[in-house]
Amino acid sequence: MTDDELKIKSIHYRKKLLEYIKKAGAGHTGGSLSCVDILNVLYNRIMNISPQNFGDPARDRYVQSKGHSVEALYVVLADKGFFPESDLETLCKYRSHYVGHPTRKVNGIEHNSGALGHGLAFGAGVALSAKKDKAAYKVYVLLGDGELVEGSNWETFMAAAHYRLDNLTAIVDRNNLQITGKTEDVCGLERLDEKFRAFGWHVEIVDGHDIAALSDVLGKVPFKTDKPSLVIANTIKGKGVSFIENDHTWHHHVPTDSQYRQAQLELDNLLTELGS
Amino acid sequence: MKFEPGTESGKANLEVFSETLMSLASGDKNVLAVTSDSRGSGKLAPFAAAYPEQIVEVGIAEQNLVGISAGLASTGKVVYAVSPACFLTARSLEQIKNDVCYSDHPVKLVGISAGVSYGALGSTHHSTHDLAVLRAINNIVIIAPSDNFETKHAVRAAATMSHPVFLRFGKRPMYHLHNPRTKFEVGRSITIREGSDVTFIATGETVYHALMAGKMLESRGISCRVISMHTVKPLDAESVLKAASDSGAIVTVEEHCVLGGLGEACAAVLMQAGARVPFRIVGLPDEYTITGSQQEIFEHYGISAKGLAETAEKLLNP
Ligand SMILES: [Mg+2]
Repeated sequence: MTDDELKIKSIHYRKKLLEYIKKAGAGHTGGSLSCVDILNVLYNRIMNISPQNFGDPARDRYVQSKGHSVEALYVVLADKGFFPESDLETLCKYRSHYVGHPTRKVNGIEHNSGALGHGLAFGAGVALSAKKDKAAYKVYVLLGDGELVEGSNWETFMAAAHYRLDNLTAIVDRNNLQITGKTEDVCGLERLDEKFRAFGWHVEIVDGHDIAALSDVLGKVPFKTDKPSLVIANTIKGKGVSFIENDHTWHHHVPTDSQYRQAQLELDNLLTELGS
Repeated sequence: MKFEPGTESGKANLEVFSETLMSLASGDKNVLAVTSDSRGSGKLAPFAAAYPEQIVEVGIAEQNLVGISAGLASTGKVVYAVSPACFLTARSLEQIKNDVCYSDHPVKLVGISAGVSYGALGSTHHSTHDLAVLRAINNIVIIAPSDNFETKHAVRAAATMSHPVFLRFGKRPMYHLHNPRTKFEVGRSITIREGSDVTFIATGETVYHALMAGKMLESRGISCRVISMHTVKPLDAESVLKAASDSGAIVTVEEHCVLGGLGEACAAVLMQAGARVPFRIVGLPDEYTITGSQQEIFEHYGISAKGLAETAEKLLNP
């Protein structure tokens, strides 16, 4: 697929995740919108993961540590054919497997997440297993920036460098916001890149909404032999909808009817601009 | 020669764990031990020397220990995550709950130096909460072996289990309690001694003391059944109910807080079945736990032949 085709896909993903959040009356709107382009590039260009190979030990692995942005993952997995999109009509409904955080009851999901600071250690374990088996598959973990304050992450940052897990890539959805406000006001993270380097990772920084740049960077992992790879993807929380962008109150806010219509209109206009 | 339970001293269960793990590892390179700077206390130094590619050291980081173990297990590795029970089931409880149990990655969690094995080191090093917290988490089997025989079989059984399991070991040498021809089955208790006046239902390293209490009472004309409830979850409810119908009283014994452990599990079975029987839970009371050797702490709280015999007699003759 071309960059433009993927850009159009991202907008469709945004439209759909808003649709299902609206229908469910629940969801994590801001963070889902911010990580859509990362998921788009991973699933459509980088990772060797499909419904056909999901039982194959040689498949790549994707772990979403920021589990609350599951609506973005659901629409991508549906698009990839892991389940019918109509399943998402049950999102957050009584007894639905499509819960507000990822679970393995949903086809395509490797690990249950939602409590923050858990995904990276799991991913490191998978990567370590691949090393032991001399297997070629890679592991990709998506981290939120707010969750980086969880100390458990830093246990794994140390261990992954110690074990030279160059088959492990962590991507930080660096949208600078968390539920309370700005990450730098809540408990400052910067300088993140220097922290990661000091922990023994090779760091690349990229525009997390630039399909071409994301593809380029993620296509190059491992950046350095014997080092785990860290991608700081600079993103905008709520990306694609003017009144949701950069507003922390949209962390898990559900649009009203008029907000929903406005959001879809804005995304439709973006599609028109792209000639779709 | 006839086997007489509780007369012949064996090894520490931890040592048997390590030996059994080595025999499993020798035939299967997928068998891994993951440690948090705990190979010494886990008696795993020989394992590390013999199978350097099969030990994963994560340093003093129990959360990472469990998370990494879950990842390894998800790919088919047979993972024993080994750490002192006090840290494993507290510091990394959320990893146990989410990354292992909820996600259903079949990690074998091994809580070493459990209960008050580290008795003199203070409450930071005691694990008297682990049975309670793990019982309340879905999708985990809990086994506290009482001797070398149960240990060997539990470690072997864990290897083939496709769901999470917690194994709980102390560090003192244990007396042999079972004839080697005994059948070991996860979830099914073993009756070590038959009797009809009172039944001791004990788990882990307290079983020996229950057996000694049984022998002491026998000499006073009180007939005792002694059950090793090695699997605390799922509980062998059938044997608990049978004890209630066959004997006049039940005393449960555990190296754990009396809240939420084996005793309350048995009480729930009895109450809900409408079984009325004089009943006592012996364990560590809900108080600032005293310190000393495991043996001293046991004696202090009545987890001894003498203490348990007294409890049973009072229960029979209030
Ligand atoms: Mg954020």
